[in-house]
Amino acid sequence: MLNRLFAVASKEIRQLRRDRLTFGMIVGIPLMQMLLFGYAINFDVRGIKATVFDEAQTSLSRALIADMQATGVVRVVSHSASSAEMNRRMNAGEVSIAVHIPRDFERRRLETDRPMAQILIDGSQPSLENLAQGLSGTPLPARPGIYRPAAHRFEIRTQYNPEKRTAVQIVPALIGVILSMTMMMFTAVAIVRERERGNLELLITTPVRSIELMIGKLLPYVFIGLIQTSLVLALGTVLFAVPVQGSLLALYVAALIFIAATLSLGLMISTIAQTQTQAFQMSLFLLLPSILLSGFVFPFDGMPVPARWIAQVLPLTHFVALIRGIVLRAAPLSDLQVPLYKLLGLTAVVLLIVMARFRKRLD
Amino acid sequence: MESGYAITARGLTRSFGKHIAVDHVDLQIPRAQIYGFLGPNGSGKSTTIRMLCGLLRPTSGECEVLGHPVPRDSELLRREIGYMTQRFSLWEDLTVAENLEFMAQIFGLSRSARTERIRQRLQHYRLEEMRAQRADTLSGGQKQRLALAAATLHEPRLLLLDEPTSAVDPQNRRDFWESLFELVAGGTTILVSTHYMDEAERCHGIAILDRGKLVAEGSPRALMDSIDADVLEIEAADTRAARHAIGGLDYVRSVAQLGTRLHALLDKNVADTVDKVRRQLAEQGIEARVEKVRASLEDVFVAATGFNSDRDTPAAGKAA
Repeated sequence: MLNRLFAVASKEIRQLRRDRLTFGMIVGIPLMQMLLFGYAINFDVRGIKATVFDEAQTSLSRALIADMQATGVVRVVSHSASSAEMNRRMNAGEVSIAVHIPRDFERRRLETDRPMAQILIDGSQPSLENLAQGLSGTPLPARPGIYRPAAHRFEIRTQYNPEKRTAVQIVPALIGVILSMTMMMFTAVAIVRERERGNLELLITTPVRSIELMIGKLLPYVFIGLIQTSLVLALGTVLFAVPVQGSLLALYVAALIFIAATLSLGLMISTIAQTQTQAFQMSLFLLLPSILLSGFVFPFDGMPVPARWIAQVLPLTHFVALIRGIVLRAAPLSDLQVPLYKLLGLTAVVLLIVMARFRKRLD
Repeated sequence: MESGYAITARGLTRSFGKHIAVDHVDLQIPRAQIYGFLGPNGSGKSTTIRMLCGLLRPTSGECEVLGHPVPRDSELLRREIGYMTQRFSLWEDLTVAENLEFMAQIFGLSRSARTERIRQRLQHYRLEEMRAQRADTLSGGQKQRLALAAATLHEPRLLLLDEPTSAVDPQNRRDFWESLFELVAGGTTILVSTHYMDEAERCHGIAILDRGKLVAEGSPRALMDSIDADVLEIEAADTRAARHAIGGLDYVRSVAQLGTRLHALLDKNVADTVDKVRRQLAEQGIEARVEKVRASLEDVFVAATGFNSDRDTPAAGKAA
């Protein structure tokens, strides 16, 4: 039993070593994703281009604009002379934000029932809404005798990520995204390729058992998955200074379970897909909702109920919860039992489906 | 309790949807012989072989291979059979030696047995020089020798070969058949499917398959002797005219041209066919020599598959 399993695994490693492209992707995909997500994705938006239509032209209105600029969130690139011009600039895509300070700005300032000024945002772009909310809270400039800035009602402290860096939120969960991408695709394609080339037909007539074939083929990918996990963690620490607060053991336990889950998904795809192209498309089909619904990008709790149901059956959702808990909040596994058991349960269900479908027969 | 036959099948049937690929085939294949399946593409040869080694489940009917009821006990059968697929199905990105090593491991050979067996197979099938070469760089003949070496590593009692020579030149085909006879001399039973007449003629027994049905069975000699038709050879200067003259006669069941001669199969139940054909040709003013000859296996094949000339007929061995 172990001999045949070992034979299948070592054959698979041999073939992997010769397949330069796949071998390159094992390192290349994490590296590329890391740089892409780590540097390009930034929820902490800064330097948004803005235009200002200042009808009041008082020292206070100018100071207000200067303070908005000083936050670094907006960059005033033009001044508009009319509402029409302001709208035209936004329409043309020159600016994403427009600030309109009305003529009676000074009088409105003293009233409490009317807003003092208006911020227009380009709703066709994501994430600007929150930004505008933040901007609207810009306090009036402090001027002795004129205005005393009111104290904030709430003080906000961002736990676990005091500098509010996106990389800290992204990198740990990125381990899950990269594993989903590579594990699922590689295994599904590797098995379907053997079917396409007729290898499987030959193997079926030998004494090798399905379980030996399955585990033997997956074993090398478990190691690849662990290597990728370590690679992303190391890069995250070196390039983006992502701290690993929790225990490494817990982290690798979670990673192993997740690798098992994605490999089983890959196996399941391989039992359905007839060609490598189909296997590829099916893994993409699973990957996209995983990335969007897992909480990797958007907060899980903010999603509509049906989306959350779908997210529950995606292993990545639970892994993201686990890994963020372990890496950023230093939570022990005993505090993360809910996602842990859900992940284990999903893996078991997928494996049962695979066992039922993976037969040593052609029909 | 094992019977004297390596393979027995009763009413073996397999359909894919509405299409019946194999239709109530009965087989009794003796041990230590080469038994051939002869038939055009799509006649059910591969499907039958796949059912016999448990790759496909029969829709109905039953079969017993080396005493094991299949597909129920097909796992028990695995160690005792060697299977060569139509297409090269070892790993092209592994070397010759690696492929053999892997197959030997899969068949559970011990380390020492593996080394010895692989060394012996490499030598016997003239693959020593290519041992470190990747399989995708081998020629058709070399690939096929490698496949046979792999299929015989565990010394199976039954070899199932599905069109093993379709990608091989005539010289390599002859060598391949020599290897098969060596294996049979050692007690192995071989079931081989082919669409080459000369290969079929080398078998101890053959079954002719046509559209899923077994239409003739026996030794090639017996089949040729008992053909249900008179075989005439007509030599004429104008073969086209001669063919035209006799083609429409109701007792002429098939005419084929072989160079300057015509080869005709005639209804055996009609008396004096030779004289009738001679008279017919003379009436049309065609000079020809008409002679009754022994049936070839191709004649048997044409007679058995219903004289349907516009379907694919197997290639004549000499032409390959």
